[in-house]
Amino acid sequence: MTKPGLSPEAFAERRLKRRHAAERRFKIYGQVAIGIAVGFLAILLLSIASKSASAFSRHMLVLKIDQPDLSVRSDLAVTDLNLSVRDELVKAFPEIADNRTARIDLFGLTTRLAVLPLTKSAAEKPDMFQTPVDARLAVSDDLDLYLKNEFRAHRTIEVGRAGRLSDTRSGAFRVTDAGPDGFETFQSFVDDPTQPRTDILISLQGAWFELNAISGAALELEHLAGALPPLGELGGAQIDALILPSAGDNRKVSNRQIAYTMLLKQRGMIEKRFNRTLFTNSDSTYPELAGTAAAVVGSLFTMLITALFAIPVGIFAAVYLEEFAKKSIITNIIEVNINNLAAVPSIIFGLLGAAVFLNTFGLPRSVPLVGGLVLGLLVLPTIIIASRAALQSVPPSVRDAALGLGASHSQAVFHHVLPLAAPGILTGAIIAMARALGETAPLLLIGMVAFISEVPRAPNDEATVLPVLIYKWFSGAERAWEPMTAALIIILLTILVAMNLVAVLLRRRFERRL
Amino acid sequence: MLQTLGYLPIGWLVIAPLAAAGFFAFYFGRQQIAALGIGPTLGARLNSQPNFHGYFLALATVLPASFVFLIYLFFADGYVRSSLVSELPNYLVARGPEQVEFFVNRVAEYARDAQAAATGNLLFDASVERYSVLNGTARLIGVLSAVLAGASGFWIGRRQLSRSFPARSYIELCIKAELFVCAAIAILTTAGIVLSLVFETIRFFSLPDGPSVTEFLFGTDWNAQTGANFGAVPLFFGTLMIALLAMLVAVPVGLFSAIYLSEYSSPRFRAWVKPILELLAGIPTVVYGFFAATLIAPLVRNFAQWVNALPFTPDTLLAAQPTSALAAGLVMGVMIIPFISSLSDDVINAVPQPLRDGALAMGATKSEMIKQVILPAALPGIIAAILLAVSRAIGETMIVVMAAGGRALITLDPTSDITTVTYQIVALLTGDTAFDSARTVSAFALGFVLFGVTLLFNIIALRVVQRYREAYD
Repeated sequence: MTKPGLSPEAFAERRLKRRHAAERRFKIYGQVAIGIAVGFLAILLLSIASKSASAFSRHMLVLKIDQPDLSVRSDLAVTDLNLSVRDELVKAFPEIADNRTARIDLFGLTTRLAVLPLTKSAAEKPDMFQTPVDARLAVSDDLDLYLKNEFRAHRTIEVGRAGRLSDTRSGAFRVTDAGPDGFETFQSFVDDPTQPRTDILISLQGAWFELNAISGAALELEHLAGALPPLGELGGAQIDALILPSAGDNRKVSNRQIAYTMLLKQRGMIEKRFNRTLFTNSDSTYPELAGTAAAVVGSLFTMLITALFAIPVGIFAAVYLEEFAKKSIITNIIEVNINNLAAVPSIIFGLLGAAVFLNTFGLPRSVPLVGGLVLGLLVLPTIIIASRAALQSVPPSVRDAALGLGASHSQAVFHHVLPLAAPGILTGAIIAMARALGETAPLLLIGMVAFISEVPRAPNDEATVLPVLIYKWFSGAERAWEPMTAALIIILLTILVAMNLVAVLLRRRFERRL
Repeated sequence: MLQTLGYLPIGWLVIAPLAAAGFFAFYFGRQQIAALGIGPTLGARLNSQPNFHGYFLALATVLPASFVFLIYLFFADGYVRSSLVSELPNYLVARGPEQVEFFVNRVAEYARDAQAAATGNLLFDASVERYSVLNGTARLIGVLSAVLAGASGFWIGRRQLSRSFPARSYIELCIKAELFVCAAIAILTTAGIVLSLVFETIRFFSLPDGPSVTEFLFGTDWNAQTGANFGAVPLFFGTLMIALLAMLVAVPVGLFSAIYLSEYSSPRFRAWVKPILELLAGIPTVVYGFFAATLIAPLVRNFAQWVNALPFTPDTLLAAQPTSALAAGLVMGVMIIPFISSLSDDVINAVPQPLRDGALAMGATKSEMIKQVILPAALPGIIAAILLAVSRAIGETMIVVMAAGGRALITLDPTSDITTVTYQIVALLTGDTAFDSARTVSAFALGFVLFGVTLLFNIIALRVVQRYREAYD
């Protein structure tokens, strides 16, 4: 075995070294594997948490609104309040007069349905809009995202001092430099001064302009918003340029809307608030108005049905198999069957629900009743297996003592064995319910993806549930759905963590007692 | 009167009196036996405690009544509808059964709402009124016969009660029967799954626009949305490819984690890390899907574009799609890690300690001991764990729905979007689910294949685990 020219000792030492290196490598593989798994979990949680952060706050438009003759019918009330909102907005920017595009941009700051929460509170307090009140409306999702992201990248630079402001025939304005350099520094900043720049806004004495060109030591400007300064000499008023992070045609928010926003923020009419509607509203086609209330209630009803069905049936089945059944072919089949059922893909249960509950029994689609039953069948094996383990852990002496004192079989089980197994069973049941709460695929097949804008009031009302809502918001086209989806995931994970914590605490208590 | 009865919600109307009758019967039976006293001599003592007599009488009352009422629930609606249809004028019936059913549904809906105003349509209003009357009659008959059944049950049961009556044995029997029914629900579920899948699959293959079995299993052209082609091979291919990618992540990571946790780590490290790994199994799959689609899929795409841009690769080497098999497979692999690690952990711990001690005593290093003694001994269990994990990967739905895409392709490029069996089931069954088009029913044929394959894997895995356990126990 030894190579020529190598003493046996040296050979053995070399081999030992190699073996020890292999040992170290092997150990490192294990550490790397654990690192990968834990790292992935950390990345998953962090990425979702960071994505969700922006959805928990929302920018609101603050307007003084009065509407003495508000309609009682809710759809008409929406129209009424919208009219007031538009009036208020126009009042805030009298200078746009009847410029059509300017008005469209102005009304685009919020959506028509943003007044819905107001109509709801008006339905409870009919006289609330008799006198002007500060009303808060969600700004449009695009503007909200802009304020949360790009707004932070705004940069302001000083352009120079204003000389003379004059208007041109085409409706644009010219302002000359009061200083000697004729905007040369600024001109060198803008590389091609003959082209209109849509990523630069100019502010002058509270008015906002787009930069068309720099020519002949003067700025050629397009008025956007804000009261126009008087034409003529401005006496060296300061001109500022706002450098936007992107050009106007690349974003959903127009330059004019940014000008409005700058002015509204200055006047304190846009403020950032905690996004309460995420919890109080139901689903909506507008991300800024969508909330989780209907899905939370839908999930509650579904879990109620699942718990009412699966927990008793699961416990009784476990009691039968563990305490009553004699070993026979039938019990053997049931056992094998339960073990296999636990590993059947969840989507198969959705097919079962669609074929049996919907098609054969004719139960309605998208209702928590059917969803709860399907999920109940899905988690039944889990509950049975956990309950059997808990029953097995009760010492046989308890059973024997009860039987010896003359208790019947069922008395011994229900009065003595089951209470001792209860914490273990409950732990299993909670974990099973947590699994049911996160389950999506089978519910898609029984139609729980329908658009539900009202909070369900009974288990046989149409409803949706939290995980399905995650899937639906994820499929939404607007960019604003992504943080909303992430926020919804955080809500769901919080509930799941709470459920699992309860299970863990129960187990701890249980372990201390026995 | 009948009409008003037809409006009322029936549920509580029946459950409350039933519960009341049950309570009454229980206290009555208990009272009657308790009044007899315990009894003078040993032979003449009460066979069962008064409570059991109470339970017996309550069951004797409630069970027949509920049974009769269940019969009413099953048949009354059909009876009411068919008698209403038989009274409808001929011109309406002539419009075909679908129109008639639609009409009757609207009538039923209207009749349920007591406040609904008359519509002005004479036929419709008359039908609503007639429906309510018929419904009320059926209810009256149902409730009366339930009361009759309950009363006769009570009467017969009462005559049984005596000192020597073995009430306890009957109650025990009832409890046992109920427990058995609960245990049998698991079997019923399996039967329901198998029957519905088989039934719909047979229907799929016998539909005029459905494919033949060989066409379905071996055809390579899948275009179910338009109902044209049902060759499922691209679906099977996509499913297996994603499962394979997932296994490439999950098996090494899961196995090495299990080895490290059971053989190397300190108990404290293990107590912290094991629950963290199990957290991965508790995260809902829809969350993994979101993660795969919003973070991993763009990364995969960028990577593919980077590879394409390398000077020595052709520009169209990788598909670089926004959703890809690789993204779904990677994240699915992470999801499956805890299955492999905790199952392998169990089997590694089940290897008897003397085998370890023996190997170490012979001078093996720890890794040699693991590689040459423990892993061979635990191999069947590890293979079972991998089989279970594969069946899990094949059946996983939300990750592929959100991150894998819907194009039925056969390609080895992992950055291409690729479809799976579960994706197609979801795509075919959400939205319009009329159960008569080949498009919808094809989902059940796919489900049948999925169920069969996963069942096979599970049975093999459970067998292996069982046999292995027996060998060391």
